[in-house]
Amino acid sequence: MDKARMWRRGVSPRLWLAGGWLLLALLAAIFAPLVAPQDPLAQDLMLERLPPFWLDGAEPGYWLGTDSLGRDLLSRLIFGGRIAFIVAFAAAIAACLVGSTLGLIAGYFGGWADRIISRIVDIWMAFPPVLFAILLVAVLGTGLSSVILAIAIIDWTRFCRVIRAEAMGQSRMDYVENARIAGYGRIGIMLREVLPNVVPSIVALLSLEMGIAVIVEAILSFVNLSISADDPTWGGIIAEGRLSIHQAWWVLVFPLITLILTVLSFSQFGEALKARFDPVLR
Amino acid sequence: MTARIFHREYEPRAPAKIYMLLQRFLIRLATMLITLFGVAVVVFVVIRVAPGDPIAMMLPPGATDADIARLRALYGLDKSIVEQFFIWLSGVVRGDFGTSISLRQDVLGLVFNRLPATLELAIVALVMAVAIGGVTAILGARERGTAVEAGIDIASGAALSIPDFLWGLVLILLFGVLVPIFDISGRVSPQLDLPFVTQFYFFESLLRLRFDLTWDLLKHMLMPAVALALPLAAIISQLLKQSLKEVLDLDYVVLARVKGFSETQVILREALKNAALPTLTLVGVQFTFLIGGTVIVERLFSYEGLGNMAIDAVINRDLPLIQGIVLVFALLFVLINLAVDMMYALLNPRLRHG
Amino acid sequence: MSACLDIVNLSAVLPNGQRVLRSVSLAVQPGEVRALVGESGAGKTMIGKAVLGVLPSSVRIVEGDMRLEGEDLGKLRPKARRTLIGARTALIPQDPLTALNPSRRIGPQMTDRLVRILGWSAERADTRIRQLLDEVQIRDPERVLKSYPHELSGGMRQRVLIAAAFAAEPRLIVADEPTTALDVTVQKQILRLIAQLQREHGTAILFVTHDLGVVAKISQKVSVLYAGKVVEEAETAALFAAPRHPYTRALMGATPRYTDPFASLKPVDEAVLAGLAAEIAAVDQAWRQPHG
Repeated sequence: MDKARMWRRGVSPRLWLAGGWLLLALLAAIFAPLVAPQDPLAQDLMLERLPPFWLDGAEPGYWLGTDSLGRDLLSRLIFGGRIAFIVAFAAAIAACLVGSTLGLIAGYFGGWADRIISRIVDIWMAFPPVLFAILLVAVLGTGLSSVILAIAIIDWTRFCRVIRAEAMGQSRMDYVENARIAGYGRIGIMLREVLPNVVPSIVALLSLEMGIAVIVEAILSFVNLSISADDPTWGGIIAEGRLSIHQAWWVLVFPLITLILTVLSFSQFGEALKARFDPVLR
Repeated sequence: MTARIFHREYEPRAPAKIYMLLQRFLIRLATMLITLFGVAVVVFVVIRVAPGDPIAMMLPPGATDADIARLRALYGLDKSIVEQFFIWLSGVVRGDFGTSISLRQDVLGLVFNRLPATLELAIVALVMAVAIGGVTAILGARERGTAVEAGIDIASGAALSIPDFLWGLVLILLFGVLVPIFDISGRVSPQLDLPFVTQFYFFESLLRLRFDLTWDLLKHMLMPAVALALPLAAIISQLLKQSLKEVLDLDYVVLARVKGFSETQVILREALKNAALPTLTLVGVQFTFLIGGTVIVERLFSYEGLGNMAIDAVINRDLPLIQGIVLVFALLFVLINLAVDMMYALLNPRLRHG
Repeated sequence: MSACLDIVNLSAVLPNGQRVLRSVSLAVQPGEVRALVGESGAGKTMIGKAVLGVLPSSVRIVEGDMRLEGEDLGKLRPKARRTLIGARTALIPQDPLTALNPSRRIGPQMTDRLVRILGWSAERADTRIRQLLDEVQIRDPERVLKSYPHELSGGMRQRVLIAAAFAAEPRLIVADEPTTALDVTVQKQILRLIAQLQREHGTAILFVTHDLGVVAKISQKVSVLYAGKVVEEAETAALFAAPRHPYTRALMGATPRYTDPFASLKPVDEAVLAGLAAEIAAVDQAWRQPHG
């Protein structure tokens, strides 16, 4: 076994690091009113662009500094995590349900079902996803449910393509044939024999998709199209930081680190879960 | 005895090859048209069936009912939705994408004015991705099983997990603020006098040998291009390295080593072409993702391309312009897929020779 | 006169410490055909690969010298070793289906060693290759040189590979079961061809095979391998007349004969296997002591 493979197999440290960060961020988001040191919306022009705590001119209680309106960055990040996680879970699960179901049907039944579903996927793949999401939110109107719906609508194809291919592979296996000979119905076989074997991929994709949903939400709020303009969102903070980059770099750096850690954690967590669940790899 | 073997080996297949390629092309062309039609339907439905009156969106506040009725008739909105769709589609087929509401110009003209900037950016990014991904894949395959390969794996894993949007921000911080060597906004320095006749500034500056302008354009283009290129480079690196490693165990590669070729020569001469075929198909799909990524990356770097205009169009609720841009993107995507498919058929000796 | 190939005390191990070659010594004289026989896994292919410097990355040589016409391969820098091996040896591979690059035409695959490693001109290489194609009885060189591998049959590809192997006049050719992957009817032709070219060119051949029938036809000397150890070495005629080692006798017993197809297929005797196991254990014991 070469080193590269061993690295991929080394599940535990990555699982713990990724899971640890996600748990920390999730708990902070859930208990945001308790853990946030300041009101995330409170503006104070006396406190504008305070640097983070280790620099000269920092104020106690404003650990990561403040933005150009004097709002506490750490508190905004913690409250922004609420929206990020709600969107991540809801949008990923919605995309997963739609995409996996259609993928399973297309892959297992084949024929006309497959042809129609594959054609729809082709059409979806011809859209630039970010532009499609922006367009959908613009049409649906800003708001949490629009954002979730938009992400689910653009990204169900990711599940559909992978699960279709896997289900197609599974349906050619001997045990599926045996089950058919044993007299099980086609839907029964699909759920009892095929579905359990594609679950590891679904779980990994689900985790990956949560990371992607966080990014798309950040992009939408970056172009000022996500939730209302007042609510703190990670993308909103980044947009703010991009504007004041030469005056207050920390307003961009901290949300960026948060986003990178979150996205990396979701994808690593998914890989690790897949390795854990996959009967062949285990 | 030997004569019998000869007969079995040589069968003229030339007409069959061309026929097969042509057939494949026509089938792909047909599916491509179906896909484009589907895209047109979806765009139309999203915009027209969505809540909100498109006419109300088009008109400035304070328009009278008479204005609204006139505009409705003008845009054919008093007809049924299916009729409206075909009226719109017949215009699109003739190249009439309508007039932009916010910019008050022909949509097609606006799109063609901006498309070159996006294409240049995407092509430069693609070239970078292929170069970075290819070199790291070859290096990783040559140094397989060593710390070098493990390092490449970790780097490509990180490059792949972080999307272009975040790479863009990281680059802005690193090379726009910390070590300000590149420009972080725009396409070209505004004070420069541009002699260009096409919108392909970068390529035209190369052709005109105006390398001062090339450098300025590159300074603006480099960071968005790198942001777009990194995830694709990682995918190319991983996939190509994997298939190289598989090919490197095959007998003809062993034979080449026996012949006296060095490992690098073996990889470049014997392994690369065969290993690159599976990567090529993937690069096609991934290139469309890269182009999709230009939308937000252009926004991030205030680069004056199609994607940046698209976001403005959405914010201004400029429906004809949005429709036009989305359709042009879709056309680009299906054309790329068609091109990759044909390239694959041409490069694969098994398909090429029967 | 120095040996064409001189292997002394060669040992190689897998990552888990298991030995795949156990202190193998072997000398091949110029122009000699030496057969390496044994069951699969006996290490006969490993010896060929070790000589050519193409062992799998998992196999590590831990001891021993290999000399190619007096040049110590272990003392050369990797690049010089590659060039020397490329100039003086050649390989006729086992499976002609996978030994030619599917995306390159036959012509360049045959000439690339001559041009790029030996520095011949393209015309000279081309002339040489056509001459060799004629020797392997390919009547239609123009077409073969322009073909892609999948356009040729297995027998044709093996002819091409044989022609390419002899083209640079190597001193030593490793033939790694060159007939195993072919149809029975083609096998005989290919074997005859190798023997004929060997006589004409005077090339030494290390002929790896599991088929004693092939050994009898082509080789002057035989080394019998078991578990990476040479258990018997003899002139071919002497070996067939009077095999000394019980394992050799067992192998001969296991070779089907047309005269008595059923009686001849005996598995190797338990007692012989036990004796071999003891022999291997003794070798390992002797090897471990100096190496700790």
